[in-house]
Amino acid sequence: MLVPLSWLKEYVDIDVPVEELEKRLFSGGFEVEELYEVGKDISNVVVGYVESCEPIPDTHLHVCQVNAGEHGTMQVCCGADNVKAGGKFPLALVGATVYATAKDHKTVEGVATIKKGKLRGYESCGMLCSGVELGLTEDLYPGAGYNGLLVLPEDAPVGADVKPLVGLDDWIFDVGLTANRPDCQSILGMAREVAAMLGKELKMPATDYTETDVKKEGFTVTVDAPDLCPRYSAHYVYDVKIGESPAWMKRRLALIGMGVISNVVDITNYVLREIGQPMHAFDCDYLEGNAINVRRAHEGEKIVTLDEQEYTMTPANLVICDGVKPVALAGVMGGLNSEIRDTTTAVMFESAKFARDNVRKTARSLGKSSDSSARFEKGVDEYSTVLGLKRALHLIEELGCGKVSSSHFDVNVGNSIEPKPMKVSIHKVNDVLGIQVPENEILRIMKGLNFQPEIDGDQLTLQVPAYREDMLPEGERDVERYPDVAEEVIRIYGYDHVKPTFMPTAQVTMGGFNAEQKGELALKRTLCSLGIYECMHYSFFSPSDLDLLRLPEDAPERKAIPLINPINIDLSLMRTTLAASMLNAISRNEKQGILEGRLFEVARIYIPKELPLAEYPDERKVLCVGIFGSNETFYTMKGIAQSVAESLEVEFQYSPVQKSFLHPYQAVTVSCEGEELGYFGKVSYEIQDELNMRTSAFVMELDLKKLSKWYGKKRVFEPLPKFPEEKRDLAFVMDKEVTCGQVEECIRRANKYIKEIKLFDVYEGGQIQKGKKSMAFTVTFAPKEEAFTFEMIQKFVDKICSRLLSELHVELRG
Amino acid sequence: MQEKNVLSDNLSSLKAKIETGLEELKSSKELYEFKSVYLEGKKSKISELMKEMRNMAAEERAGYGKAVNELKTWAIQRFSEMEERMKEKELQQKYESEKIDLTLPGKETEIGNLHPVTLVINQLVDVFAGMGFEVYEGAEIENDYYNFTALNTPKDHPARDMQDTFYLSPEFLLRTQTSAGQIHVMEKKKPPIKILSPGRVFRSDDDATHSPMFGQMEGLVVDKGITLCDLKGMLDMFVQKVFGEGTTTRLRPSYFPFTEPSVEVDCSCFACGGKGCNLCKGTGWIEILGAGVVNKRVLENCGIDSEEYSGFAFGIGLERIAMLKYGINNIKLLFGSDLRVLKQINEK
Repeated sequence: MLVPLSWLKEYVDIDVPVEELEKRLFSGGFEVEELYEVGKDISNVVVGYVESCEPIPDTHLHVCQVNAGEHGTMQVCCGADNVKAGGKFPLALVGATVYATAKDHKTVEGVATIKKGKLRGYESCGMLCSGVELGLTEDLYPGAGYNGLLVLPEDAPVGADVKPLVGLDDWIFDVGLTANRPDCQSILGMAREVAAMLGKELKMPATDYTETDVKKEGFTVTVDAPDLCPRYSAHYVYDVKIGESPAWMKRRLALIGMGVISNVVDITNYVLREIGQPMHAFDCDYLEGNAINVRRAHEGEKIVTLDEQEYTMTPANLVICDGVKPVALAGVMGGLNSEIRDTTTAVMFESAKFARDNVRKTARSLGKSSDSSARFEKGVDEYSTVLGLKRALHLIEELGCGKVSSSHFDVNVGNSIEPKPMKVSIHKVNDVLGIQVPENEILRIMKGLNFQPEIDGDQLTLQVPAYREDMLPEGERDVERYPDVAEEVIRIYGYDHVKPTFMPTAQVTMGGFNAEQKGELALKRTLCSLGIYECMHYSFFSPSDLDLLRLPEDAPERKAIPLINPINIDLSLMRTTLAASMLNAISRNEKQGILEGRLFEVARIYIPKELPLAEYPDERKVLCVGIFGSNETFYTMKGIAQSVAESLEVEFQYSPVQKSFLHPYQAVTVSCEGEELGYFGKVSYEIQDELNMRTSAFVMELDLKKLSKWYGKKRVFEPLPKFPEEKRDLAFVMDKEVTCGQVEECIRRANKYIKEIKLFDVYEGGQIQKGKKSMAFTVTFAPKEEAFTFEMIQKFVDKICSRLLSELHVELRG
Repeated sequence: MQEKNVLSDNLSSLKAKIETGLEELKSSKELYEFKSVYLEGKKSKISELMKEMRNMAAEERAGYGKAVNELKTWAIQRFSEMEERMKEKELQQKYESEKIDLTLPGKETEIGNLHPVTLVINQLVDVFAGMGFEVYEGAEIENDYYNFTALNTPKDHPARDMQDTFYLSPEFLLRTQTSAGQIHVMEKKKPPIKILSPGRVFRSDDDATHSPMFGQMEGLVVDKGITLCDLKGMLDMFVQKVFGEGTTTRLRPSYFPFTEPSVEVDCSCFACGGKGCNLCKGTGWIEILGAGVVNKRVLENCGIDSEEYSGFAFGIGLERIAMLKYGINNIKLLFGSDLRVLKQINEK
């Protein structure tokens, strides 16, 4: 929220520098997001008195002798049509900075530094400036909108800095407000806080006015939906003369970036910013039926707002109607039918509190927002509703643009706008903080915040102002509100009083990761040791990702939980598989020219029991590994799987599987002790093509929820064997179709002493018959009862060979 | 005598043959063969000479035997000298033959890295585990009650605007804060409670500095007599462990519905030591987390007596800490899986 220093000073005496005020606001909970001087780009511009002004022949230029007081008298060439001897204008000295404008003299094109120059042979030592060149507009300073020199008052002291004269020395605080302080969403609200921080009196804006005897006869105000409109106040103003607002009001509105329209409309905008109360003014001549009625809109009812947009409403929207038709979308915008025109002579002012939630819903559902709706969404209190209307009526009188009738309407649900008493225990306040704030400090702070504190022993009695709705939660017993009071005290007393202690009264607890979390971390470290980098992808994915994976219509992965309000379609589903994100990540890397790499992600997939979601879904942690590059094969991925198994002291089993996104002959499921954990395989060529991948990629997904049962499994120590193990290398020749698994399984069955069978070579071609291949294994025999003799081993080998021959036609290679 | 001379000639010629033969040998294999012909075994030349003794007269035998033995001793020594020399020479040759280009690149086994966010979680858990915090991972899909209502944020509460929420159904949503897990813990477990809850959270925000998904770590302490000063003490220790000795904290007022008072916590800039630099935008302070004294209503919502117990809670943005620690300038890089980024991360 923008807060001009000059406006703030209207309500509180500020005797500290702006930087100090910024610091005070910051430590009081109001972060100043930006602080800038209105004339921050303007420097070395002084009041210049034109002593003489001669035209330069054949040009529109004049050569002037300009008296700049202590800065001397200098010759300046000027092209403006209103330059004249005896006038006082802003003079930018050599070295000054002002705004550079385009040829139209209106469009600012940047900041320029004034240099000595020559025009048509005449030396020019400085520049006489227009309002635009100083960053001023007509609203900021009267006369500044003229396309020529800015005329300064006759009494402007020659040679003096121009900035204070035209209000360029003002400062703007852009204050960030927390959601619990809607009462600070106004200049007055900020002034209350500043007064408390600086220990100054708050000067309230004038709200007095005189009501005439005139009444709007027979006019009625009714509220049919008090739940959405707890308070609706209105006041009739007549003899209205629409015209311009005074310069001071225009300037204030301009400083915070608000456009200026006409006195009556400007008053509503001014009150919104000054008091924080959105106001509306209806042209009474266009209100039919002598009535205001606040009700829910009918289904399909239409309204055309001030900006000439038509909206179709539902009963979820609140409308202000006259006796016949809707005349305003409550809290959002007035209707075009009753807007203030130049011809308006009578006005009905509205000052209301609308339920914040309803205003927000209406603004969102109709896609219509305004300064007023933004304010209501943050929360308006009823105190401001009353104060705002009084202030508006005062301004009507002050500006002389109408007469205040005695037709006042106030429909409310009975909420008081008087302060509410509250009692808390001082020691409880201090117990929250952990320090002892002196009683006189508590008194000072709460008095400054307008809580009228009184202390009696341990009891602190406060009067909570009606605008502090954050301190008045509904249904709360006041004795329980000491933490709120503690917060008020400490933010003004200063958080630097909070001293570090280390839970002296707390009990000892044991901390750290639990077994499952440790297991997961160990697994991640195993993966890192295999050259795999951990990555993290969004938990969302896209319907197109499901298509990328060629998942059939009835695939379980397609039953993904949709987001009701996704950022976009690509982030519209909760993941049911991590594979798609992984493939996209590989593709992105390849686009960057990274043609090999290994990635893994551990994240959750979300499996709904039913859609739409009516109970918690199953969130399952899944490990996804993706590897790519010319060195990667099915077997390098299998090696990763085996290493994972080994790190968990288990063995995985693999069996062929068909997956819509994997190679038909290079994909397997992974199981452990009969439980299927997941799959891995080579990514299909169709997908490789679609993602423009230049190398093969392999992907694996393992269900960690299942795998976690083996986390941290301890290896049982095996005593060393009594007899040495024997190893034999055996090479076999067989038909190509015979698999390693078949051979291993057959060998294992042939002898009970086999401890390990390890393939060390596969060979085809050259010395091997066509259609055949050779596989070589190291077989380890572990003796149990006695040491093996050479002959015994030979017998084992013979038996293995004969079994292989008879069952698989596998022959020992000669 | 004649015979004796012949024999002694035989001895000296054998000696000469061995002498010259040894000099001509080129490898230990040749040496081995040469040795077997002349010295070793029953059929070697020296053995043959020994056999001659059988045919000699007894008086000659002693002298001859002595001579042959001398020859044998001499030969054994010569052969062993030669073996020694040969071995040395051959070892030398082996070394020579194994001369390599020492500048060829080494064969590495690449080691991957954990994700920066995982590293930050590990480090934080490490710091807080020592203070007695257990780790609890809550559900990412939560219902409205646990994410908002129980955390003192009823339906039309202004704070709901602070966090634009992704909804999955009227009741279920993606948790906007790890605080949702607090409630589950407090419902099940009674004080003393010290938990740390890291995980993914979601808000419908997507621009240069916001990601719709990010990591957060919630800390919660509930016990007797816990105060704002205890929060400050713990935070001071935390920033010193994570950002280095001498780092300090600054509390300033803020607002979260589930804490009262609420604070924003800044730590002194560890890059410039508080003097002001690019990292801290010249302020000397870096915003690192939000915290506060647990709101009484939250405790009561979980059936904990708020007059007997009090607590504090804090929430740390994990990406923010990771970015500060590793000097990563764009949050999106953390979710991009670009190996050029991931390979630059190390655990130190």
